[in-house]
Amino acid sequence: MPLLDADGFRADPWQRIAPGEPVTGEAVLVGLAELPAVIAGRSNTQRIGVEVVNTVRLPELSPFLGQIDLVAIAFPAFADGRAFSLARQLREAGFKGAVRAVGPVIADQFTHLVACGFDEVEVPDAIAARQPEDQWRAALASYGATYQTGYGAGASILERRRALRAGQGTAS
Amino acid sequence: MYRYDQFDEAFVRERVAQFRGQVARRIDGSLTEDEFKPLRLKNGVYLQLHAYMLRIAIPYGTLSSAQLRQLALIGERYDRGYGHFTTRQNLQFNWPKLRDIPDILDLLADVGMHCIQTSGNCIRNTTADHFSGAAADEVEDPRATAELIRQWSTMHPEFDYLPRKFKIAVTGAPRDRAAIRAHDIGIQVVRHPVSGEVGYRLFVGGGLGRTPMIGKLVRDFLPKAHLLAYLQSLMRVYNLEGRRDNKYKARVKILVHEIGIEEFRGRVEAEFAALDPAAIAADPEEVARIEAYFAPPAFVKLPETSQRLAADRARYAAFDRWVETNTFPHRQPGYTAVTVSLKPVGGVPGDATSDQMRTVADLADAHSFGEIRVSHHQNLILPHVRQDELYALWTGLVGAGLAEANAGLITDIIACPGLDYCALATARSIPIAQAISRRFASPERQREIGELGIKISGCINACGHHHVGHIGILGLEKSGQESYQVTLGGDATENAAIGQLLGPGITATEVPDAIERLVAVYLARRQDGETFAEAVRRLGIEPFKAGFLAAPAESAHAAA
Amino acid sequence: MAPAKQKILLPAILLANDLLDGDVIFWATRGWSVDPAEATVARDEAEAAVLQTVATAALSRGEVVDAYLVDVTLRDDGLPVPNHFRERFKIAGPSIRQDLGKQAAFAHLRGRA
Repeated sequence: MPLLDADGFRADPWQRIAPGEPVTGEAVLVGLAELPAVIAGRSNTQRIGVEVVNTVRLPELSPFLGQIDLVAIAFPAFADGRAFSLARQLREAGFKGAVRAVGPVIADQFTHLVACGFDEVEVPDAIAARQPEDQWRAALASYGATYQTGYGAGASILERRRALRAGQGTAS
Repeated sequence: MYRYDQFDEAFVRERVAQFRGQVARRIDGSLTEDEFKPLRLKNGVYLQLHAYMLRIAIPYGTLSSAQLRQLALIGERYDRGYGHFTTRQNLQFNWPKLRDIPDILDLLADVGMHCIQTSGNCIRNTTADHFSGAAADEVEDPRATAELIRQWSTMHPEFDYLPRKFKIAVTGAPRDRAAIRAHDIGIQVVRHPVSGEVGYRLFVGGGLGRTPMIGKLVRDFLPKAHLLAYLQSLMRVYNLEGRRDNKYKARVKILVHEIGIEEFRGRVEAEFAALDPAAIAADPEEVARIEAYFAPPAFVKLPETSQRLAADRARYAAFDRWVETNTFPHRQPGYTAVTVSLKPVGGVPGDATSDQMRTVADLADAHSFGEIRVSHHQNLILPHVRQDELYALWTGLVGAGLAEANAGLITDIIACPGLDYCALATARSIPIAQAISRRFASPERQREIGELGIKISGCINACGHHHVGHIGILGLEKSGQESYQVTLGGDATENAAIGQLLGPGITATEVPDAIERLVAVYLARRQDGETFAEAVRRLGIEPFKAGFLAAPAESAHAAA
Repeated sequence: MAPAKQKILLPAILLANDLLDGDVIFWATRGWSVDPAEATVARDEAEAAVLQTVATAALSRGEVVDAYLVDVTLRDDGLPVPNHFRERFKIAGPSIRQDLGKQAAFAHLRGRA
């Protein structure tokens, strides 16, 4: 499935390893059940990612967060919003690797995804065909600021108001 | 009233542009209908039976005269010259074209309004006591809190794809006029019994629909500064744990019911403990900025009672009746809050024409500091009227057909649009309301019966709040016919209760007689000064059940 | 999004809502029509299957919303009248506002349906 981040579609460096398959490759994406063994047997430079369903709980992932570079969370349907909270929890727990949404998410959700801590999305071919790169970029540009502090990179509206007040304070 | 600053304005304009783009992308095939539907719903666009419907958010039911005039204009230019005020303090237009809706949204943005999150599985428009800022029994005007929640909940990145819709209501008074315990979250502004600090009491898991539940206490006292962090924690538990396998079990009330309030509270508190409330909260300057918009208007110092009003009441009997039913005690001496009834006898509950909206806007400018409220009873409120000016106001309302003296009485019926408009409905609601209203049209009879709330829903989703009606009526389909179940003993106030079913469904034509029989039981059995709801509470359901069932049951064919 | 009904009762017509206007429309000889009197009536399963194909294609092209087959009874003047009251209201307009909807536009919908 095509992979896309804020800069557009790009090649996917991650290789999915099915249970039982040899864990070779520079960047391997495995299931949660395989993860402990894969971490134990990793070669020095190998990067490891885990792919999980959206019902997984943060405590199940917490022990591994320091040792992996990618958490890929499945979206069974674009309207199933559990992964938004899970991604937030990963970020609040200090996870610094990449977080990927896998499934039929749509361009219109891109801002929310990024704000909750996702870096990239892997969507079915049909969605990539209907919603080319420019639609995803436009979606990201459609929010100048949001109300919620701590979501996304930019300053929230509350923070902007605060800055404006401070600016007015020093100016007067 | 709150006014958009540059950031609110920019945000809403961006959303209009976003929706315009989404409509274009729906038309060019970029979005399928399945993808577009949740997006249009989050912008208040439903597909009803005959046409699209646009639901406009009226945050905590507060409107300015300029906003109401704009709604009147939209109704004329893009609809059929009328709108429908809803039980969630919003306004619906029943005939807009999808192609016109982006332009309508621009007109709304011109007056600081939008349709964001008036539908869909997200946090809906926050509602509040329609007498906020006027009621004498208020700890604090809850609208500053409601506005803070409005902003925080607007396009929340984490909570825009919830298991199901999520409704928050706020009251600032111990008398609950906002039905907070019928909401997913109900918030009561309270004063701490020991410290005197003003904070919040929170209820969770109320809701009507297929499985009606009364909200349960989840936090007895929450410091004001912790509100957003607590809401974030609660929403996160719901977003992660709420059921998504069955839409009828997806509301937070089911989660609370299934795991129990103690367990639910524990999970919320665990999330909350891990958060830094200060990082999420609005800073004190921001809170003060919002609160300033809800400062009381420039009231004139007046005596407690108006001699002029007394003289006018003595002179005009119809006016006197209207004052008796349609005014509400104001905290400011010499003022009153007025209910503008949208329930003319035989009319459509909650409907107002564009001309009527303009009349109310003009009267609000003349008599109520340009401010209007929408009540969840589907009436309009002029919150700050000088008692001296009531007669002048009444005269203006009479001319527009807006002076029905029935606030809180048996003809002040709440009804959802039902099968006359709604694609979800299983039966009609409005004609039932009209028939009851005509049956009890006599003003003397209505006053003799006193306070009695009839609420009618045209399907199990319960937009007409039938579960919490003193008398509730639910329209269903039974063997290819419209059939109506009647419940008794519901209550939407601080005595919140779910009504109990009186018996098998009856036909539309049988409904007015059935209501007559229930009223007869009340009139025969009531004690001094006892309202219908109080009598039901004292007597229990049985005497009413007997009255209800006294009808010939085999008259079912009469409807054909 | 249209609930695909398992068993289609006959005779039947195909109705939908126009994507841009929301108006109720009917599949007719020359494409979609706003007039129920022009609706193509399927009288047997083969004809109903054709209507179902039209509905599926129209939905997948995204030109209409909520397209589905409705079983009707033909009135003596030939007007197809849905057997269920929901669709009768859907076609006619609000029962409480006879001045609105198709009942206001088409004389054949007034007073008889």
